Amino acid sequence: MTTTYRQALTDALREALDRDERVFLMGEDVGAYGGCFGVSRGLLDDYGPRRIRDTPLSESAFVGAGIGAAIAGRRPIVEIMTGNFSLLALDQILNNAATLRHMSGGQLDVPLVIRMATGAGRQLAAQHSHSLESFYAHLPGLRVLSAATVADARGMLWPALQDPDPVVIFEPIALYNSSGESRGPDTVTDIDTAEVARPGNDATVVAYGGTLHTALAAAEQLAETGVDAEVIDLRTLRPLDTATIVESVSRTHRLVTVDEGWGRVGIAAEIAAATAEHAYYDLDAPIRRVCTAEVPIPYARQLEEAALPSAGAVVVAVQEVVS
Amino acid sequence: MTESPAGAVPGRTDPGRRIELLRQMMRIRRFEERCIQLYSTEKIRGFLHLYIGEEAVAAGLLSEIDAQDAVVSTYRDHGHALARGIPMTALMAEMFGRSTGCSGGRGGSMHLFDAQRRFYGGNAIVAGGLPPALGLALADVLTDTPHITVCLFGDGAFAEGEFHECANLAALWHLPVLFACENNQYAMGTALRREHAATDLALRAAGYGMASWPVDGMDAEAVAEAARRAVQSIRGGGGPCFLEFRTYRFRAHSLYDADRYRDKAEIEQWKARDPIERLYGQLRNAEIIDDRGYAEIETAIDAEIDAAIVEAEAAPLEPVADLTRHVYAERQ
Ligand SMILES: Cc1ncc(C[n+]2csc(CCOP(=O)(O)OP(=O)(O)O)c2C)c(N)n1
Repeated sequence: MTTTYRQALTDALREALDRDERVFLMGEDVGAYGGCFGVSRGLLDDYGPRRIRDTPLSESAFVGAGIGAAIAGRRPIVEIMTGNFSLLALDQILNNAATLRHMSGGQLDVPLVIRMATGAGRQLAAQHSHSLESFYAHLPGLRVLSAATVADARGMLWPALQDPDPVVIFEPIALYNSSGESRGPDTVTDIDTAEVARPGNDATVVAYGGTLHTALAAAEQLAETGVDAEVIDLRTLRPLDTATIVESVSRTHRLVTVDEGWGRVGIAAEIAAATAEHAYYDLDAPIRRVCTAEVPIPYARQLEEAALPSAGAVVVAVQEVVS
Repeated sequence: MTESPAGAVPGRTDPGRRIELLRQMMRIRRFEERCIQLYSTEKIRGFLHLYIGEEAVAAGLLSEIDAQDAVVSTYRDHGHALARGIPMTALMAEMFGRSTGCSGGRGGSMHLFDAQRRFYGGNAIVAGGLPPALGLALADVLTDTPHITVCLFGDGAFAEGEFHECANLAALWHLPVLFACENNQYAMGTALRREHAATDLALRAAGYGMASWPVDGMDAEAVAEAARRAVQSIRGGGGPCFLEFRTYRFRAHSLYDADRYRDKAEIEQWKARDPIERLYGQLRNAEIIDDRGYAEIETAIDAEIDAAIVEAEAAPLEPVADLTRHVYAERQ
């Protein structure tokens, strides 16, 4: 069944609300407004204000309230408008959600799901466009997911809610209007392992979120020149499925990582390091990283485009490693 | 500030409960006095924030709530934890970093937890416990459970944005939260008048639309009475309450603090209002207790502390092999 990424998220929310009465959604404008990206449109009418809760502009308070409710056995889904704004709640996410289990000696489950929009592409300038996945992937105690496909937009929420630990799900802004195959209500995403999105033999391209589509487009272009790239969708950024990457590199002997975050000290850097640790002797070429330029995302279209990883840049990087 | 909610609240506490308030305060104080010794011999390490002087708040406030109510505390949490009923053995073992500690040796003095007793930390980020407290209360609302959440924090925390977000949200959503602000006049070395443009905290909290009033935090019975009124109002569906307990810590902020920012005379003035001596004096005048009775309580407390120390010393260390346990849930 073909549907939009946005609709897949809405479907997932409805399924969760129907399946488990402990589930509720809260965040800024999720109710009356229908969600700032339209994801929760209609939910307030169908589930009422007890379960679809509009919050004030108080990221720390409502994210932290989600933590408390989760500790007390509810299954809150907290929506943060964009990843940029999540920094106002970073203290709660890091010092409480990710930490309370350990600090309490294992006494507390924090089964909280935080959804946030991420990424650039709409000329919104720096404070609305950053990809901060690596900030969260840095934190032990969190599970960090990124839904790159319509199928995962639908299939990730339920396993995330089943998880006894706090889960952060990133939704790339650029994908809300995109369409794809939805796998239907009963197929859930495996949130433990990365997925081979396109099998290939000549090079491994690792991507996630919005950059999965960049990588797949690059692989199509490369195929026309006779280069057969394998594309891996990480899906889960923490805990990272290093095994799938290493297995792929052990066959292709080449690695390019694509990341809409900044390259330095980021997820691409982590993948490169993990590959060097576990598959050094399988590599036939230096690892290449295709990431966002080391600048805050600019407003002007040509600058924004130049800052972001493009299919063209991925093609060049793959050609370099296979040459 | 607003008027405290009207309604029938039982009068002066009966003699048995008054003695229990005294005993609880003495227990908290003796426990901490022993902790100071254990700190100087390096049995206890890390930060140690003492509650000495403020015992009336924990004893009075927490005696008025039920086992099913939730409590969220700060890094100055020994008194709260003891008054909440966490066994002293589990607290002492945690201070010693032992596996039998209430947080399995991972929390220490500032992070005491007891999920079974609904004691949710021990939070060392100033104001960091307030947002989860709202969520604990929200969960009770969502399950139509009549419990309340008591959230303790200081005058310093009142200056954090988180307090203001939470006061607004709790009042907006009518959450069953008791905001218990322990105004001990200082945020570390910063006096109230140097951290707040307007120093009447109860008045400011009332601006969020919740019942809010100041309480003499050196008087355990006044604390208990205020708590009783607040709890009754919250359970009756009146929404959150804010109590500003005006109190004082007799010791430095932590054992690392040389306490150079306070006047000796000021400290002496507050010590003259020692909540333990005050209640003891009243009970003695009323012939409810005498010196011998007091000494008996003290002896029993010392025995409890001795036993907790012996047990903590003997308790096993959490094995280093278990370092990475409890980061994620253990999966079968
Ligand atoms: C967010 C944050 N900022 C600063 C500190 C350092 N700090 C620890 S306690 C404290 C003073 C807090 O005062 P108050 O809230 O009045 O509590 P009290 O210590 O008086 O009980 C400060 C500044 C901290 N732990 N967390």
